[in-house]
Amino acid sequence: MADAAYLKVENLTKKFGDFTALKDISLEVLEGEFICFLGPSGCGKTTLLRAIAGLDIQTHGRVEQGGRDISGLPPLERDFGIVFQSYALFPNLTVYKNVAYGLENRKTPKPEIQARVRELLESVGLTDQEDKYPAQLSGGQQQRVALSRALATKPGLLLLDEPLSALDAKVRVRLRREIKELQLKLGITTIMVTHDQEEALTMADRIVVMNEGVIEQIGTPQDIYSRPVNPFVADFIGTMNFLTGAAAGNGRVRLGDIELAATDGPDGIKEGNAVTICIRPEDVATRGVTLDTANAVQTVVETLEFLGSFYRATLRVQDSGKTAIRADFSINLVRDLDISEGQEFTVALPSDHIRVYGEIFAHADDLT
Amino acid sequence: MVPNVALAAETTPDQAPVPDARAVRLKVGNEDWIMRGVLAAIGLYLIVAIVLPLYALLSKGFQDRDGNFTGLDNFTEFFTTPALSQSVANSLTVSLISTVIVVSLAFVYAYALTRSCMAFKSLFKGIALIPILMPSLLPAISLIFMFGKQGFLTFLLFGNEIYGPIGIVMGEVIFVFPHVLMIILIAMSMSDGRLYEAAQSLGAGPVRTFFTVTLPGIRYGLVSSGFVAFTLIITDFGVPKVIGGQYNVLATDVYKQVIGRQDFEMGAVVSMVLLVPAIIAFAADRILQRKQVAILTARSVPYAPKPSPRFDAIMTAFCGLVGIVIVGILGVAMFASVVKFWPYNLSLTFANYDFSLRDGGGWDAYFNSVRMASWTAVIGTCIIFTGAYLVEKSKGFVAGRAIIQFLAMMPMAVPGLSLGLAYIFFFNDPNNPLGFLYHTLPILVICTITHFYTVSHLTAITALKQIDGEFESVSASLKVPFYKTFWRVTVPICVPAILDISMYLFVNAMTTVSAVVFLYSPDTALASVAVLNMDDAGEQASAAAMGMMIVLTAGGARLLHALLTRGLARRTQAWRKR
Repeated sequence: MADAAYLKVENLTKKFGDFTALKDISLEVLEGEFICFLGPSGCGKTTLLRAIAGLDIQTHGRVEQGGRDISGLPPLERDFGIVFQSYALFPNLTVYKNVAYGLENRKTPKPEIQARVRELLESVGLTDQEDKYPAQLSGGQQQRVALSRALATKPGLLLLDEPLSALDAKVRVRLRREIKELQLKLGITTIMVTHDQEEALTMADRIVVMNEGVIEQIGTPQDIYSRPVNPFVADFIGTMNFLTGAAAGNGRVRLGDIELAATDGPDGIKEGNAVTICIRPEDVATRGVTLDTANAVQTVVETLEFLGSFYRATLRVQDSGKTAIRADFSINLVRDLDISEGQEFTVALPSDHIRVYGEIFAHADDLT
Repeated sequence: MVPNVALAAETTPDQAPVPDARAVRLKVGNEDWIMRGVLAAIGLYLIVAIVLPLYALLSKGFQDRDGNFTGLDNFTEFFTTPALSQSVANSLTVSLISTVIVVSLAFVYAYALTRSCMAFKSLFKGIALIPILMPSLLPAISLIFMFGKQGFLTFLLFGNEIYGPIGIVMGEVIFVFPHVLMIILIAMSMSDGRLYEAAQSLGAGPVRTFFTVTLPGIRYGLVSSGFVAFTLIITDFGVPKVIGGQYNVLATDVYKQVIGRQDFEMGAVVSMVLLVPAIIAFAADRILQRKQVAILTARSVPYAPKPSPRFDAIMTAFCGLVGIVIVGILGVAMFASVVKFWPYNLSLTFANYDFSLRDGGGWDAYFNSVRMASWTAVIGTCIIFTGAYLVEKSKGFVAGRAIIQFLAMMPMAVPGLSLGLAYIFFFNDPNNPLGFLYHTLPILVICTITHFYTVSHLTAITALKQIDGEFESVSASLKVPFYKTFWRVTVPICVPAILDISMYLFVNAMTTVSAVVFLYSPDTALASVAVLNMDDAGEQASAAAMGMMIVLTAGGARLLHALLTRGLARRTQAWRKR
């Protein structure tokens, strides 16, 4: 992976009439990188992708690809391949003709076209399907054809607009891996738009989390998951406890009557000010926890919800605050410790897994 | 007019006209220029073919014979001339009565086709569509053979005359029946079967279900069909021309003022009066259509009728009766065209088909019609489909696309007679460089394409909307210009719709009288006009014969269309999803 930015987006803004879909977006994508635009619907991720492709040109801002300013170029004069959610396969052309479509227009010699199409179809495992029409293929196969077609002309940039969301869960997981492997093999710079965090976490080198037309955070999947920069990102990715507390100064926060150490403490927040304390359910520590453990909290197991591979428990903190905390318990743990509803249970909220935000964040399905 | 369109092309898409120093200037690529050029050409065509002639017509209504502006004088004259204003009352009377009758009949007919389990449904549907193949003159001529002075059914009128409102109403009901039936059929077939199940499970009887589920479900379609029927009838010229006798209506007045009295100004005034109901009906229809869409959901389940011997028998009897009338009309026209002298000498002969002995242009008129209809179908389909494609699928150039869409909707609101008259004013103007087209076949083709533009355009738009919206984007990403994808992908996918449009244009070009009646010359006489002229000259048998030639040709085109469509469906079933 070269260090030079292959794609640069600078101060990009897109307006539809009075509505601003993208506000001053800046972003750099390295050569060979796999980037995911992740966000809820209407956050502007597809708009940004379409602006990069030139399909819906931005109102202002610059786009540079491979050192070339492409800001105002029509799509025909840019260098990208694209796969849409609908695949947009030409229904009246065979798989072969679909993949060859861009090559035929370039006056590529026939044997060369044939070799290239066969090679692509082989790499996606569709060698024996080349004479079929798209309607005769399964969703996953159509997806692969669309991908082959986009790659056939060896574009410098691959754009994927929710390519997997029309597929059922199992196919989606398999294709996720296939696309990623193909991308690594070809080393092609790729941007994928998705609203599925799992997709983004498993496939991306870096994730761009977007909301309401702005970028909330850019980072590696691990970064974004474990160190979300604000409650929106914390909430959007994974499951998170949002607990209202107060800053206690000096790397410490107060949750009800309990004072907790927090590694990423409430720096810069005045003591006594309200803060949001966040911890993921799976980070709630259980084994070997006693009341002497750091950040130990005494709770009662209020509910225990079976979710297949684990239990999600609602723990009620035994103090004046009576805060509820969600915690994930493995099947093993519940069996070993014989946890049941109504039982007292001491857990710890490890200080290095606690995130503190100086803003109060009310979550829609917050526990009370 | 051209620079306006070109100007609109300059504005960058999706962008407020507020000057912004940082605003991105979209580079307009070659293919954009092609797209805009074609769009501008189609816009130019529509401006020449509909906007400018209409303008000429409207301004003529406010002028005297010498071209001086006279304000509302012509209108004052129109409304103060008892004979003319009486036509307004007459037109409204027969149109309202015919509309009520035809909508009621078509409603029951459609109800039978969709909600009963009667046999021969497709046969009944086919029979109901026969009048589409006729010029509206033909059912009127048949009615005269049946109910006229020597008619074999005249006794059924109990001493009343067929010439006049009775004949007009009967003729119009038959002529408009298929159009109304199709609209109601569509509305009925879109109803949701789950609503019927819900009504049944809540204990509603058939009557209550009818008034609480069936009727509300199709009310927009019903009202819309009423508007369409009313407009078709009040602007129709063939039926009252043949069978109206002394009973004057607006449509025949236009003809009489222009052809009979050469009073073009008054003709313009009458045809402007004729525009009013057409425009109201058009606007109402657009509003209703929008609402109709809203009640449908993707999860609707089609209604499946259950057999009920008594109900099915009643419905069969009703449809049989209507079917006999329609087949009878056609049969009488056919029979009258092959007998020596109705009703006195019924020996068979083809003498009536020897048009060379009659007025109206002879067989040349027939071949002119076939040529005109073929050109209309070919050229019209190309223009209309390309225009619809660019309106629906091109990116940017928002203003230009909106203008084309608006212009494409205009012809629907203009009755044929008004359009034809507008063409006289526009193309016969000595200052018009396009004047050389006047009295030629091309002007008939242009006029007919324009006359039937809107329905064809909407058919094309509907087909194009069903195509994935990203083909053009994919194509651009593969560096394939849009016109190649148009040709290799969009057109092949849309072949059924393209065939529908060309069939529609061909059949209508064969049967239409109203617009072209003002535009033909002795060299470009048309079959439908020949029917009119032979009828005028008292040659009813030959008129019927020429009418039959039109029916056979239009029917042949329909048959060919059906065969092509079926063959195509078989050939492409590999890639077409059912």
